[in-house]
Amino acid sequence: MLDASLDLHPRVALRPEPFGALAYHYETRRLVFLKHPDVVRVIKALAAHDTVADALTACDIDRHRWASFDRALTSLYESEMLHDRCS
Amino acid sequence: MTAAASAPALVDQLKGGLDAPICLTWELTYACNLECVHCLSSSGRRDPHELSTAEAKAVLDELHDLQVFYINIGGGEPMIRRDFFELVEYSIAKGIGVKFSTNGAFIDATKARRLAAMDYLDIQISLDGTDAVTNDAVRGTGSYATAIAAMEHLRDAGFGEFKISVVVTRHNVDQLDRFKALADDYGAQLRITRLRPSGRGAESWHDLHPTQAQQRQIYEWLLAHGDRVLTGDSFFHLNALGDGSAGATLQGLNLCGAGRVVCLIDPVGDVYACPFVIHDEFKAGSVRDPGGFARIWTGSELFTELREPESAGACTSCGSYDACQGGCMAAKFFVGIPLDGPDPECVGGHGEDAMLTADGATLPRPMMDHSKPARVPVQLTRR
Repeated sequence: MLDASLDLHPRVALRPEPFGALAYHYETRRLVFLKHPDVVRVIKALAAHDTVADALTACDIDRHRWASFDRALTSLYESEMLHDRCS
Repeated sequence: MTAAASAPALVDQLKGGLDAPICLTWELTYACNLECVHCLSSSGRRDPHELSTAEAKAVLDELHDLQVFYINIGGGEPMIRRDFFELVEYSIAKGIGVKFSTNGAFIDATKARRLAAMDYLDIQISLDGTDAVTNDAVRGTGSYATAIAAMEHLRDAGFGEFKISVVVTRHNVDQLDRFKALADDYGAQLRITRLRPSGRGAESWHDLHPTQAQQRQIYEWLLAHGDRVLTGDSFFHLNALGDGSAGATLQGLNLCGAGRVVCLIDPVGDVYACPFVIHDEFKAGSVRDPGGFARIWTGSELFTELREPESAGACTSCGSYDACQGGCMAAKFFVGIPLDGPDPECVGGHGEDAMLTADGATLPRPMMDHSKPARVPVQLTRR
């Protein structure tokens, strides 16, 4: 997933919360808890970067955490919270 | 709600409250064409002080600013309100999805088509039996046929996956498989929720609530079918029947969300900690107060208190407390059990003992009773 070009699905809304954010998908009606502020920062940065890896670098995410971010973003992609960006 | 909610740290975060509710119930009116014996809001007659259309829209504006994703509309029978469609359309246009509960009496073919044409709308048809005898004993004569007719209209209009919403009682618990099959027949999704002794349910609860053996039956049925059935996370007290492992734990948030992730706005604009505690003790304010809903959610004394870490009270020494979290606050309150006591349906049997010591004379009475007056036969006399 690190090489993919992703963005938040246009029908997903993010609501800031003390633990991170809530993401709600208006079409699938799924509600997901984004349990760390860094995950929220990375998701918001996706649109401005060519790849997930670029977004992680830009957000100053330590290399040893990349694998766990990869898993989190993959899971969000599979639940359609994130989608492939056409550019 | 997804399994992503399972991390302990997150549960603790949720206990401390969110910036806005996830699950906000809004009862639009106390008026209802039915008089269900377990009605949690003792509905029947409209209240003269119900929110006007303009006031209701102002609340929706506020919920939009708070980024509330969706609201659960109920009543009474919400479709009785003449501005029902106006409010639903206003909400959806603001990006607030709507799920509404109805007995179906006002869904004819035309309205079904209108509903089917709307996005971000879910419908829950209430049904408490898979046959008229079982259902109508609780919801009133003819209510089964009414609900089925509404379901047929929704199916014919191509609405898609609506919900069939069942309150589980000792009389319909054996019908869970049949409810599931009925939902499948209509392309619907089944939702089952827990009966509480709230509203008129305070009178009927002792006759209707599932027995201890049936509690286990519900738990096992949910373990087998829970991935395709909605529950509003209302059966978390049954987790005490498991061993704490993931395979023996019901899906969803395992905690009382009252004032933390859940609240109720009633038809006159009063805000309560949850839909099942319409009582002054759990009233946090009114949307008509200065500062409106947001000020209540973030600053009311009651909600702040509910977000404090709770004591396990009488349940401290019980090994199941982590699994059941002491159960449902509303269920305890209306049967006279202290809020830090066991749930009346505690699967360890502690609730039954606690109810025996509750003083029947001082039981809290449900407030805001809008039940219709009993019909008095008219005396016809000749003059």
